[in-house]
Amino acid sequence: MHNEHTDSHFQKRIDDGEHIEPKDYMPDGYRKHLIRQMSQHAHSEVIGMQPEGNWITRAPSLRAKQILLAKIQDEGGHGLYLYSAAETLGISRAEMIEQLHTGKAKYSNIFNYPALNWADIGAIGWLVDGAAIVNQVSLQRTSFGPYSRAMVRICKEESFHQRQGYEIMARMMKGTKDQQAMAQDAMNRWWWPALMMFGPHDIDSPHSGDAVKWKIKRESNDTLRQKFIDKTVQQAELIGLVMPDKDIKWNESKGHYDHGKIDWDEFHRVIKGNGPCNKQRLDHHINYFNEGAWVRDAAEAYKIKHLKEELVIA
Amino acid sequence: MTKKEELYLYTLRLGDNALILSHRLSQLCSKGPILEEDLALTNIALDLLGRAQALLKYAGEIEGKNRSEDDLAYRREEKNYYNLLLTEQPNKDFAHVIARQLFISTFEFFLFQELEKSADTTLSAIAGKTIKEVKYHLQHASDWTIRLGDGTKESHDRMQSAINDLWMYTGELFEMNGIDLDLLTQGIAVDTIPLQKKWRDCINSVLNEATLFVPKDTYMQTGSINGVHSEHLGHILAEMQYLQRAYPDAKW
Ligand SMILES: [Fe+2]
Ligand SMILES: [Fe+2]
Repeated sequence: MHNEHTDSHFQKRIDDGEHIEPKDYMPDGYRKHLIRQMSQHAHSEVIGMQPEGNWITRAPSLRAKQILLAKIQDEGGHGLYLYSAAETLGISRAEMIEQLHTGKAKYSNIFNYPALNWADIGAIGWLVDGAAIVNQVSLQRTSFGPYSRAMVRICKEESFHQRQGYEIMARMMKGTKDQQAMAQDAMNRWWWPALMMFGPHDIDSPHSGDAVKWKIKRESNDTLRQKFIDKTVQQAELIGLVMPDKDIKWNESKGHYDHGKIDWDEFHRVIKGNGPCNKQRLDHHINYFNEGAWVRDAAEAYKIKHLKEELVIA
Repeated sequence: MTKKEELYLYTLRLGDNALILSHRLSQLCSKGPILEEDLALTNIALDLLGRAQALLKYAGEIEGKNRSEDDLAYRREEKNYYNLLLTEQPNKDFAHVIARQLFISTFEFFLFQELEKSADTTLSAIAGKTIKEVKYHLQHASDWTIRLGDGTKESHDRMQSAINDLWMYTGELFEMNGIDLDLLTQGIAVDTIPLQKKWRDCINSVLNEATLFVPKDTYMQTGSINGVHSEHLGHILAEMQYLQRAYPDAKW
């Protein structure tokens, strides 16, 4: 079997719009790229539980608490689902978690920002899940079957989260002066990091290369970012939030909103580990993972013990 | 005390148990030993929260002072809370979380089967829904008790310590006062005395399979039925009620 032949056959399948399944032939680079991207996605879901988890015990009503708990549980479920999908590529969850802990694997930068007031729970649902959806809708057409199917399933829940987040913001904007101030404060802090979730401008990170050729990535960073801005600005104005960007303006000829300059220095600073919560988020995950070791050991010991018993009885 | 007041306080007590235990479990979100377990504990917290909402809403209706479930949860002070001391005990480690759940879910397994027969149709309906959930909670807690008890030396010791530490709070499960006795004669409340033996048998058999000892009978702590709590409840409420107390005019 000639590798070249197989690679070209693989590329032809991609070009024909076929899904690649775990047992199918795939180039090493394709496998590696997917493992990196899918494990990062899974870690993001799991680390993302922390900023919202920060408000569970202070949620201001029973209904709010129930919605928040269920939402965070959904995110954990997304993490599980994505870990399983990534495992079909031949890496274990334990390995992925180790890579997270050593810093080899990343998670979304957005979760290195703190959730400081109750409106942050609204802003995270509305803006962060909202930005994630734009990206994930595009990934529904990604070429790797298990990833594409995971995205279809996950997107349904994400749009639910986004609506619930927006509902919190809307309710607070209709509330007291204090509540309105909280909502605007949350908007001011989450808007720019949400825009950075789409990554560098196309001019700095051209939409080309293997990920595009392999149809893992279907749309460019700026295209996706623009979609997010276009759908979000009107939602903000509808409930009386001020956009924290004085250059936001409808551009008639483009049919899109123009926006101001993104602070890429901040983006790089946070990616390099110097965001407000990088250390806190990772420490949290490592500490509770280590603290749970005796429980996992016990479950394993019990399983082995009783597997032997079963064998003896049989 | 009128029958209405008695029913209000009885319902409130059931609601408070669900609310405070749910709160304790919700504190564990993103801190589980494995992701699956994180989700399982959150599931139980959500079941309990749903139960608390239903019971507190009903308590507010009985009281007839226009207080919602949120008013009762967020604007009531410590001494007017009636949850069991066991529900407010801290998440010291995973073994304590499981032991607490085992004791409570075993009790609730029997309690809600009886409450389903209550002459009060709302309590009966809530009990009917609850019993399905509690079966799962009990299964989960029993499975982990057995796994940890019969796992490694460390897990065995931790599980035994948790059982020993929390044992003194289990006497309260079966306590009754005048309210219970009055409502019992009306076929509304549950007689918890006969549940005690069933509970003991069930706990004995799980601990036995888990290779754990049943603690010797000790002094049993009491107080919650009269609104007297451990120091922990004040902290739970301070955190839980923070926004409602700090912004009394706000609607969330
Ligand atoms: Fe998610
Ligand atoms: Fe989400």
